[in-house]
Amino acid sequence: MTLSIAARLAACCALPLFLAAAQPARAAEVDDWRAVEQAARGQTVYFNAWGGAQNINDYIAWAGDMLKERYGVTLVQVKLDDTANAVARVVAEKAAGKDEGGSVDLIWINGENFASMKQQDLLLKPGWAGKLPNWRYVDYENKPTITTDFTVPVEGLEAPWGMAKLVFFGDPARGVAMPRSFAELVEWTKANPGRFTYPAPPDFLGSSFLKQALSETVADPAILQQPVVDADFDKVTAPLFAALDTMQPDLWRSGRTFPKNKEALRHLLADNEIDIAFAFSPAEASNAIATGELPDTVRSFVFPSGTLGNTHFLAIPYNADAKEGALVTANFLMSPQAQARKQDPKVWGDPTVLAMDKLSATDRAAFDALDLGVATLKPAELGPTLDEPHASWMVRIEAEWARRYGVAN
Amino acid sequence: MIRFAPAFAIAVLIGPVAFGLAATFLPAFGYLPTLGGASLNLEAWRQLLATPGLAGSALVPLAAGLITALASLATVCGFVAGWSHLRAFQALQHLLSPLLAVPHAAAALGLAFLLAPSGWLMRLVSPELTGFLRPPDWLIIHDSSGLTMMIGLYAKELPFLFLVTLAALPQARPGPHAAITASLGYGRIAGFIHGVWPLVYPQIRLAVFAVIAFASSTVEVAILLGPTNPAPLAARLAVWMNDPDLAMRFKASAGAVLQLGVTLCALLIWIAGERLAGRIAAVLRLSGRRFARDFAPRLAAAGAVLLAGAAVFSGLFLLALWSLAGPWRFPDAFPQSLTLATWSHHAAGLGWPFAVTLGVGLASTLIAVALTLACLEHEARSGRSGGRALSLLYVPLIVPQAAFVFGLQLFFLVSPLDLSFAALTLAHLVFVLPYVFLSLGDPWRAFDARYAQLALAMGASPARVFWRVRAPILLRPILVAAAVGFAVSIGQYLPTLLIGAGRWPTLTTEAVALASGGDRRVIGVYAFVQLALPFAGFFLATLLPAIIHSGRRDMQAAG
Repeated sequence: MTLSIAARLAACCALPLFLAAAQPARAAEVDDWRAVEQAARGQTVYFNAWGGAQNINDYIAWAGDMLKERYGVTLVQVKLDDTANAVARVVAEKAAGKDEGGSVDLIWINGENFASMKQQDLLLKPGWAGKLPNWRYVDYENKPTITTDFTVPVEGLEAPWGMAKLVFFGDPARGVAMPRSFAELVEWTKANPGRFTYPAPPDFLGSSFLKQALSETVADPAILQQPVVDADFDKVTAPLFAALDTMQPDLWRSGRTFPKNKEALRHLLADNEIDIAFAFSPAEASNAIATGELPDTVRSFVFPSGTLGNTHFLAIPYNADAKEGALVTANFLMSPQAQARKQDPKVWGDPTVLAMDKLSATDRAAFDALDLGVATLKPAELGPTLDEPHASWMVRIEAEWARRYGVAN
Repeated sequence: MIRFAPAFAIAVLIGPVAFGLAATFLPAFGYLPTLGGASLNLEAWRQLLATPGLAGSALVPLAAGLITALASLATVCGFVAGWSHLRAFQALQHLLSPLLAVPHAAAALGLAFLLAPSGWLMRLVSPELTGFLRPPDWLIIHDSSGLTMMIGLYAKELPFLFLVTLAALPQARPGPHAAITASLGYGRIAGFIHGVWPLVYPQIRLAVFAVIAFASSTVEVAILLGPTNPAPLAARLAVWMNDPDLAMRFKASAGAVLQLGVTLCALLIWIAGERLAGRIAAVLRLSGRRFARDFAPRLAAAGAVLLAGAAVFSGLFLLALWSLAGPWRFPDAFPQSLTLATWSHHAAGLGWPFAVTLGVGLASTLIAVALTLACLEHEARSGRSGGRALSLLYVPLIVPQAAFVFGLQLFFLVSPLDLSFAALTLAHLVFVLPYVFLSLGDPWRAFDARYAQLALAMGASPARVFWRVRAPILLRPILVAAAVGFAVSIGQYLPTLLIGAGRWPTLTTEAVALASGGDRRVIGVYAFVQLALPFAGFFLATLLPAIIHSGRRDMQAAG
């Protein structure tokens, strides 16, 4: 054992010096899927994915076993604490002129990171996701966030992997009734001082909370689909900031500090410092119950008038070394088998991007058989999905938030 | 051969450091063609200066750097002065040195769980004494003045300065000095400050600088314990650097230059303070005051050391407890059940990261120690130092990592080493070498040259003098420097991730990725896995000299 590790280490010290030289360029022709599968055989795909949850890492390891067995593709998860690190690597490679043989093959991505990579021409083109064989099962007709990622057209530059929805959770065993809208939440905070907070924007979840609040307080939601017009900003956001001003003194720690991210928020609920937490994943509460972090009396809830929703994706950098392997991986992760396993709360609990009516009877049965767990809402209970506001609103609101509450001292 | 050592050290470092600096400064002034910045301009600075709360973000770390360094140095000085004559002192030294191995993030996390209103101290007394069935809404962690952050840094830097001081102490011959000053009627602390400290401080001065640089620019401790509204500059930099909007990198780079300014400013203030302290000491010396009754300050110093040690140790104990915990809710003082589930779940798959961590740590440390020894030996033989060029070495210590590492990455991308083990080792060397150099440089220069002259006069070759005289006498500082370097290598996250691109997973890249999920049980497991290697390093560094020098009374620490 020790010897083999030492030998492996010694070999690895020497080998890459010689092997790191550029490999010949290959054109990934997605239309000829057999050729893609053939080229993929023997490739190693470096999958850059957030590595903060063991159940997700385990799921990716399972997918790696399947890919190895069926397609001869070796999947290596590069565990990240922040997707930005994968983006940074690609930016550096582009800056160094390394347009082929890049070190990142596949990235778990969505929203602003996608928008940035798309805008900076860092993604594999032309669009490929719609040409994957398993695209035929994808529910792009009824799930608009599959084709529009945070108001940015996807154009096939990333393949859908899973669905997300803003879900709140709390512990009914503590005997506190939960609010059913943002307006009720403002009242609730007044009645329960120090028992609610949200992550400080520009954290993803914190900003999402502000978007949810904006969508519920705006007089005419249609205006949020347009880019911000300076003249309107104050008027449109006045109810939002009036509500946030009302909440501020009654927030946890009187709003003098905010949790950093969704993990910190969940901790506060677990430590009984607050009574309501929220996340962008319907299975968040069930997963935390499974690890023992939250008591099994915790339950999820949504606002009946709707909460924000989005989709998370897989993207391939323009200079990926194992493009075919990455395509095969993205296609497999979109397959009914992989999607059904991912939706199993004992595995991960991430909602599928597929349409049930497009599946065969056997595949559908696999989804129907899933037991979602006590704290996870059924798909039908998740309520309507609100549209994401145009990205320019968030930029302005984050800046205004920082000015008002970010430097309280 | 050996005369090329300084040139070689510089040659190894100049590429990475130059790229790192360029990647920090050029984007700060608008130049980064990949992201559309093709000309030099001040736009990034305009954006940076318009950031709300920037003054607070810059002042808190400035204060933290100075206060942490002053408090921990004063404590070490008072403690060593007051108690190094006791036998128990030796035991304490062995007890405290492992604290050096504790990663800053783990120490901060442990402390946070100790002190938080829902933390362990509160759980111990609740609800019995406090009546709290749910935690009070008190702002302790993340307090706006940064006090908790400074306490965390103080508790963590204290053992570092302590160990460095101990390594320097034997050459200052504290025993005979104490005998003389005591016979003149001076109190222990006054006698130490007048007699021994002037010989010790120059040897540990660079280590103090490192403490100031670290405390004023730390990211992890600032995030875990520091203020949030606004956060210290380094923590905000990390956020800007990771912002999905790639245009933020220009502002982040400008912020990195500002952070560099904050750290340099703290160092300049410290140097001015050194002069002032020297004047005050001179006045006190001439005044003839003996300060014979110094039991209170001695007690205070001992109390502070014990408290800091206790805080970090109980923080670690709590992390250990978390790694074994089943459900554990407020106000329970202990988990409802204990389980090995978390450990067994994560133990598999650690073999390869462990091997990589060990390999890169040993390789970079060995190279760093060899280079440092060669440079210092060259200096000792020729009487010439490596010159100002060697101060290049310290650049990676004070330039914020987020921007610097981007340049490092570019350097390796254009070199043929990209993604190789050699590249990773070299990248680690960039951060390990300065720590080894500064841990070793001053004790080496303080070496009494008469030993070497005597040996040369008896016909020994310079090489023989090195192996038979200088190296054995300086064994302790050499091993401490190696242990420090090894620990630094193991702690590297961003360089390992960005330069290894997942080809070389280490315990730290695994730990940080998993810790981002926020589960205290998992963090507990990885904190201990991460702790084990540097702990072994420091253990050997204190144990080996004790064994090798067991027959030589004057070679024992604090002799």
